[in-house]
Amino acid sequence: MALSNVLHAPAAGFNFDHAARNAELEGLFDAQIPKPVKTGTTIAGVVFKDGVVLGADTRATSSEIVADKMCSKIHYIAPNIYCCGAGTAADTEKTTELLSSNLTIFSLNSGRNPRVVMAVNILQEMLYRYHGQIGASLILGGVDCAGNHLYTVGPYGSVNTMPYLAMGSGDLAALGILEDGYKPDLELDKAKELVRAAIHAGVMNDLASGNNIDICVLTREGVDHIRPYQVSQYKDKRKTKYKYGAGTTAVLTEKVVPVKLEVVEETVQRMDTA
Amino acid sequence: MEQTRVPPPGKRLKRVVSPVSLYPSKPLCLSDRLSLRAYIANRVTDKLTPIHDRIFCCRSGSAADTQAIADVVTYQLGFHSIELDEPPLVETAANLFRASCYRYREELTAGILVAGWDRRKGGQVYCVPIGGMLVRQPVSVGGSGSSYIYGFMDSNYKPNMTKDQCLELTAAAVSLAMERDGSSGGVVRLASISKDGVERRVILGNQLPKYSTH
Repeated sequence: MALSNVLHAPAAGFNFDHAARNAELEGLFDAQIPKPVKTGTTIAGVVFKDGVVLGADTRATSSEIVADKMCSKIHYIAPNIYCCGAGTAADTEKTTELLSSNLTIFSLNSGRNPRVVMAVNILQEMLYRYHGQIGASLILGGVDCAGNHLYTVGPYGSVNTMPYLAMGSGDLAALGILEDGYKPDLELDKAKELVRAAIHAGVMNDLASGNNIDICVLTREGVDHIRPYQVSQYKDKRKTKYKYGAGTTAVLTEKVVPVKLEVVEETVQRMDTA
Repeated sequence: MEQTRVPPPGKRLKRVVSPVSLYPSKPLCLSDRLSLRAYIANRVTDKLTPIHDRIFCCRSGSAADTQAIADVVTYQLGFHSIELDEPPLVETAANLFRASCYRYREELTAGILVAGWDRRKGGQVYCVPIGGMLVRQPVSVGGSGSSYIYGFMDSNYKPNMTKDQCLELTAAAVSLAMERDGSSGGVVRLASISKDGVERRVILGNQLPKYSTH
């Protein structure tokens, strides 16, 4: 069953196109295969009266090292749909990009704004087909003609819908705040504060979440992607420029060897001028 | 004596949730591949999935697998029903589930109860456990919590109970299983399917019948 919105229907089963390439690359790296960057993360979403608020931290980790201090985990899918991604950074990035492309094609083909359920179904189909090999835990939020929606899609392809959700390594911390503070039909300010507090709990209690907090508010009127919404209180004072003045390194000896060049061939090519 | 509705209790939520090592569903234990922790991914999942107007399925096992299978069967059954220009039979739906569950038995972890009403045989319950068997039963239980209530169901089910008796029996059974099974909990969802339609009910945590005195 080919979807009208994708360029070509996916082949059945796993796609092992890169398996041979990966095997060869392993040889090149001398046993030091670069570890995948994970967004050990806290992401959360809340449905409020007029729309959906999504929130995420901005730390991307590669084992114990912070690979990116200002990583963007709230991805654009459509003008009315945004997606937070937890799990393997590359997987969430590429999966959401693929989804966004497909939905754009659909919009152009049909002249309609995409619906959140459509995005969810496409993601579910794709992630289920890969049986968890694509490590992407996503929270999709959006506003469409059918209302305000919030869904989560797991790496194995399971879908859940709730008025408030949290995913990532800091999800338990965030969920504690959400369970306590969520009420139906919140006002915008309360909803933003709830999501901020939830992500903050993740940032404080989970080592793999941290740095700043991003918020994205989706309503019928439009999108407000605030990056960062809250800046980390632990700002480092390092300068990003490491420019050393002349003379910092002492010169002990200097040896000048002129390189002899001889003219082997000389050709003149006339330039056409008109 | 033929209750017109007759969803044998088997049909109501007696499935109580899913096994520990698999994926999230209602109050379900998730074993994260990376950390092996027990985590409830969703404490209010709806595991009663409509397949057609008068046919539901109760899902247990891997959430991803059962959602995928249910979607496929919904499509196949809908197509079949349109071709026939008739409401589909519950037995047909059950066979479609069995076909998928058996063919892909190595890859799937799905225990499904198919239940509904059709004109030919009235209310029916079919059990499609892991492995892809298909058997029709008057009463059936499934999921990780089902072990705790086999005795309860065996001793308390009687043929030709009324709808309310059935609902009460099912709610009691699920509550008892939730009491004992760590992977089950949250709310109890009930659906009563008959010629006249589907009635859905939710029993919240604080409204459940209480059994423990200590």
